[in-house]
Amino acid sequence: MKIAITSTGKTLDSNVDPRFGRTAYFIIADTETEEFDAIENSNVQASGGAGISSAKVVIDTGAKVVIAGNFGPNAQRTLDAAGVKSYTGVTGTVAEAIELFKSGKLTQATEPNVQSHFGMDS
Amino acid sequence: MEKNAVIAIASGKGGTGKTTVAANLAWVIAEQEEAVQYLDCDVEEPNGHIFLKPKINQSEKVKVAVPDVDLEKCIGCGKCGQICQYGAIVSIKEKNVLTFEQLCHSCGGCMRVCPSNAIKSKMLDIGTLDCGKAGNVDFVSGKLQIGSVRTPALIKKVKEQIKENYIAIIDAPPGTSCPVVETLKEADFVLLVTEPTPFGLNDLKLAVDLTREMRLPFAVAINRCGMGDNKVEEYCQNEEIKIVMKLADDRRIAEAYSDGEMIIDVLPEYKKSFIGLYENISRKLKE
Repeated sequence: MKIAITSTGKTLDSNVDPRFGRTAYFIIADTETEEFDAIENSNVQASGGAGISSAKVVIDTGAKVVIAGNFGPNAQRTLDAAGVKSYTGVTGTVAEAIELFKSGKLTQATEPNVQSHFGMDS
Repeated sequence: MEKNAVIAIASGKGGTGKTTVAANLAWVIAEQEEAVQYLDCDVEEPNGHIFLKPKINQSEKVKVAVPDVDLEKCIGCGKCGQICQYGAIVSIKEKNVLTFEQLCHSCGGCMRVCPSNAIKSKMLDIGTLDCGKAGNVDFVSGKLQIGSVRTPALIKKVKEQIKENYIAIIDAPPGTSCPVVETLKEADFVLLVTEPTPFGLNDLKLAVDLTREMRLPFAVAINRCGMGDNKVEEYCQNEEIKIVMKLADDRRIAEAYSDGEMIIDVLPEYKKSFIGLYENISRKLKE
């Protein structure tokens, strides 16, 4: 399965980015083959709607799951509409996050855990 | 003063006395038997009506157009989401389009690029526009609906009420962001109200940068003179910025304000300050 993880860098030992909409990168990983790609997120500097545009990036990769520190309401609504499952409150490295997901230790988010614009200043 | 002059009363810092100056200035202009309008563009917290006590004879809802998608007609091409600069519309495969009305800036781009004509516009309430009379002052005020973020759109609507052959006194919102830019656009003159404090000076500098960037002629009024320090005056001197009014730090002014009264009604000795301000601005406009 393809999963997306917010990341501060381009590799698996980068940290999970707490921000979803304004994450520096998305790591798109295949849980079976363990192959991965890094996508630079052009929405970091968006004046608005970063969560929605980033959700669209994730949806278009075909990922079925996305892992981040936090999701805002607009991102959550967009991901839900596309049936992409979101997992929140994750810290540590991207590799650790993938392992936690594979071992079923992450809990799925059903509602946004931060307000709009949460990631603007961090 | 020249008829059709548009004078914006602005400030970087909030609470410096924009409304006090704007309302009293409009009042003395009316007393000179000039046709004058007061327009409250501080639509997030309008308060000019507290002092001018207008009789409102026309009140209307202000609406903006936002997209309304017919999913039956949608072919899922995603062009609407690509053109939107604010993420207000997004197409997520299998004919599912989400709209985020509060992020929409009503540019109409999504409707134009849709190849299947699936997007129509629907109207969204953003606030109210009130027009009336306060004595001989023509009164206009906008009030943004709670929760709406479409401040510039409502300000634009308030400014559409500017009449020909009237001197327009515009009460601007504080700060230097989009609502202020929208308010100051096409003003003939900007009066920046400040106070002699470190906060007043810091925010004055920001406001000066903005008016210079917009290439608008401006001058400064210092309110609560006598408190704080001399740094605002020193700054104006160094920058060659004209100070066209100084209003004293007088407790009675604060009391009149707290009672929602006009200074020039309660404390007529200050009338000459506002007449002086009017004359100074008239002179600056001729330059």
